[in-house]
Amino acid sequence: MARNPEKNREQFRPNDHPNDSFLLTTVVGSYPKPKWLNRADELVDDPESKFDEAHLGEAHDDACRIITDEHERAGLDTVVDGEMRRNEMVEFFAERIPGYDFNGPVKVWGHNYFDKPSVVEEVTYDEPWLVDEFEFTSNVASRPVKVPITGPYTLGFWAFNEAYPSTEELVYDLADLVNEEVEKLVEAGARYIQIDEPALATTPEDHAIVGEALERIVSGIPEEIRIGLHVCYGDYSRIYPEINDYPIDEFDVELCNGDYEQVPVFEDPEFEPDLALGVTDAHTAEVESVEEIKENILQGLRIVPPEKLTVSPDCGLKLLPREVAYGKTKNMVTAAREVEAAIDAGEIDLDDPLAGY
Amino acid sequence: MTERVATTPGLYPLPDWAKRTLSDLKGHQKGDLLSGDEGSEITETYDEVRGELIDHQLDAGLDRVVEGQGRWDDMIAHPLTIHDNVETGGIVRYYDNNNFYRDPRVVGELTHSGDVAADLEAATDVLAGDAPLQAVLPGPYSLADLASDEYYGDEGEFLAAVAEFLAAEVEAFPAHETLFLLEPSLIENPPETDTEERATEAIRTVAEATDAEVVVHTYWGALDEKLYAHLVDEAGADALGLDLVAGDRDATVYNVQEYGSTDSLALGLVDGQNTLVEEPGTIAERVEWFEAQVPVESFETTYLTANTELFHLPSNKATEKLAALAAATEVID
Repeated sequence: MARNPEKNREQFRPNDHPNDSFLLTTVVGSYPKPKWLNRADELVDDPESKFDEAHLGEAHDDACRIITDEHERAGLDTVVDGEMRRNEMVEFFAERIPGYDFNGPVKVWGHNYFDKPSVVEEVTYDEPWLVDEFEFTSNVASRPVKVPITGPYTLGFWAFNEAYPSTEELVYDLADLVNEEVEKLVEAGARYIQIDEPALATTPEDHAIVGEALERIVSGIPEEIRIGLHVCYGDYSRIYPEINDYPIDEFDVELCNGDYEQVPVFEDPEFEPDLALGVTDAHTAEVESVEEIKENILQGLRIVPPEKLTVSPDCGLKLLPREVAYGKTKNMVTAAREVEAAIDAGEIDLDDPLAGY
Repeated sequence: MTERVATTPGLYPLPDWAKRTLSDLKGHQKGDLLSGDEGSEITETYDEVRGELIDHQLDAGLDRVVEGQGRWDDMIAHPLTIHDNVETGGIVRYYDNNNFYRDPRVVGELTHSGDVAADLEAATDVLAGDAPLQAVLPGPYSLADLASDEYYGDEGEFLAAVAEFLAAEVEAFPAHETLFLLEPSLIENPPETDTEERATEAIRTVAEATDAEVVVHTYWGALDEKLYAHLVDEAGADALGLDLVAGDRDATVYNVQEYGSTDSLALGLVDGQNTLVEEPGTIAERVEWFEAQVPVESFETTYLTANTELFHLPSNKATEKLAALAAATEVID
């Protein structure tokens, strides 16, 4: 069953929050890298350049400061460093988990490739994966920091499995490692963890495997820690209402991209975790107006009451031009604050939030 | 006695250097992929790729050598996505994989193209008689399944038109020993009951366009038994290709026990979607496991092959698997 989001949501309300209502604003994680950081990534591989790993580390630190600050300037209640240190969502973790090996790029489509790793022996936990990243961001941020982690189902199924009798068994071993990492992050002060499982969107029939993996991930994690799950665009009717049984505080969905056609899927039975609703489209390069995003937020109130609604972009924003990503984030926060004020003023019928639209 | 032939279904991964060179030359976006009229720099790169892929197969000692299909940006949808009367729509999922191809929207008559024949001519020149050539094409059922018809207007008519198109392409091929027709849709999206004959008729149209041995290769599981029986009897194939890696192997064995088989068979024995390189002994055991259960004294030819296309693998592992397949034929003999 769902965890107890009531026990951990209030800690993210800023002291100077202007409204009684509180729609927690956040992001999914990735953000466009500054152009110079991409150049720096290339430069470090150039044998003729004097630019070395230490310089790249400095560049990553600088980029993390800038993007964390950009999130704060946009007004977000919880921030991320934009995943400036990460390359690809499976590769980054596979490089840190003993048991994975790399053989070279494989095709996704056209000339787009990824370094799909192979699991060649039992996966184990060595050094922390994200604690340094979290501590750095936490030190430069004035708002609470959310930590996105690629989930064990995706880490298992988006790799070649050479070592385990079934990929399901690999997923459970990986879930135990994620649990260890979450414990270390909690020790370091993290209060908001998001598990990313894009692979579930393409194989919804495996929802029970993801559920079992989540049970392992949250084992021993206290209820004041907020655990979210992000699953990108897919046919949510294939995993709902099953996700009500997942031990999570928040379920983050991509619905803007499908124009909220799937909202009715979540209306019955009652949605149990908090809902983190995508209210700006991560796949269009136009910044939605505040008015448009307000209407999108109201779609979420068809599913949950305001005290259970979190607003975020549909997905990571890394493929957008940076100014567009910023514009969407800033307008999203403005829209959330205006909707809160309207709720406080009794201007929104919570039984029929879109009345008047 | 059964002749053992080591081969592959083609569609090799590009060598890593070519992945970089071609993405630099072509770009990463949908509009940057091949339309069949690429310039000389890109053509020369693909010539080099073809040479390298053929060398790998000769070095491994495969009994049939494929062109490698390095140019097939859209996997088995390629013969349509480069066609003049086909427009490419959005990026769509390639079966149940984390792979995508451009949706081929057929907007005019499927006239002769000659694109694949030209690549096979080039492969023939590279081979210079060192090994027999194997041609590879999508089967008509799968190609029609992957495409959107905006011209013919009738499902049956469209399938027949795709078959006629492929048959005309085959007629333009240079000499080839074997033709592999890749038909994953027969398993992934099989014809509805009582339309099986339409599918087998289409395959027969293509099979009859060549004097070579024709292998109708299926993968990602076992065929429905009724469809299997239709294919054995009606498709005009010298061999059916059966996947012994993915899905329900016992169901495949049952089909052969119950409905017999073509005189030759292709067996998908090596996993085209896992980097674990099979030992030749393991591959041989799989052949023996299969043959021990089927009520056939001997087949004319057993093709030992990867179950799927090889592009799912990193280039180094794909190459290692070729050697394992070739060595397996030695182990059995």
